[in-house]
Amino acid sequence: MIGELALRFVLGGVIVAIFSTVGELFKPKTFAGIFGAAPSVALATLTMVALRRGPREVARQTHAMLFGAVAMIVYSAALSIIVRRYHLPAWLEASLVWTLWLAVAALLWLGWLRR
Amino acid sequence: MGIALDLAGFRRTRWTSFLARFVYGGVVTALAGVLGHRFGAAIGGLFLAFPALLPASLTLVKQQDGRAKAADDAAGATCGAVGLVAFAAVVWLGAPRTGVAVALPLAALAWLLVSVVGWKLLDVYKSR
Repeated sequence: MIGELALRFVLGGVIVAIFSTVGELFKPKTFAGIFGAAPSVALATLTMVALRRGPREVARQTHAMLFGAVAMIVYSAALSIIVRRYHLPAWLEASLVWTLWLAVAALLWLGWLRR
Repeated sequence: MGIALDLAGFRRTRWTSFLARFVYGGVVTALAGVLGHRFGAAIGGLFLAFPALLPASLTLVKQQDGRAKAADDAAGATCGAVGLVAFAAVVWLGAPRTGVAVALPLAALAWLLVSVVGWKLLDVYKSR
């Protein structure tokens, strides 16, 4: 377990750092911002899941990921508006809007389960 | 507005912020694995799209470039999130059929294409 966690840490860290750095190379900031929603954590995690549990488990996780990704659209759009209009620290703004992501993701997922 | 290289901005980036992103990204990935292992595929999968990295990124942008640029960065992340839906869909549908080794790179490409198209549409809308 520790070995797997360490491998996830290294793999995830490298992929996230690469995507973030690539984002820094570009302007305007709206384009660079795309890389703030890069599937870096997903790529690292799903690689590990594929190696340990196979493609069906990968498919199960990415099915749920769809709902999280829709919630992230709402999150990012709300954050863009809040950051532009209010003068809170950026980390606080982003953290507060996390509750919005949680609410949207949970509602979508529960709605899917109850269909 | 076209895309251009921002080498001056890139050179302003300190190696410590690269290291911070490595550590932060590593922690988030390890936690995602723990969540999936502990709570199952659904919770693990949901949190693959948790916006864990965006707050750190926005804080850096705000410090270096100001509030308006941070807001632009978040707007760009919205386009990236639309691409993330495409990414998840390609892997969800493709992994059982083509295998993960094919599905993941295709999905990454789908993310990039959809994100860039989304960004271009946003750019056209903003410049009207």
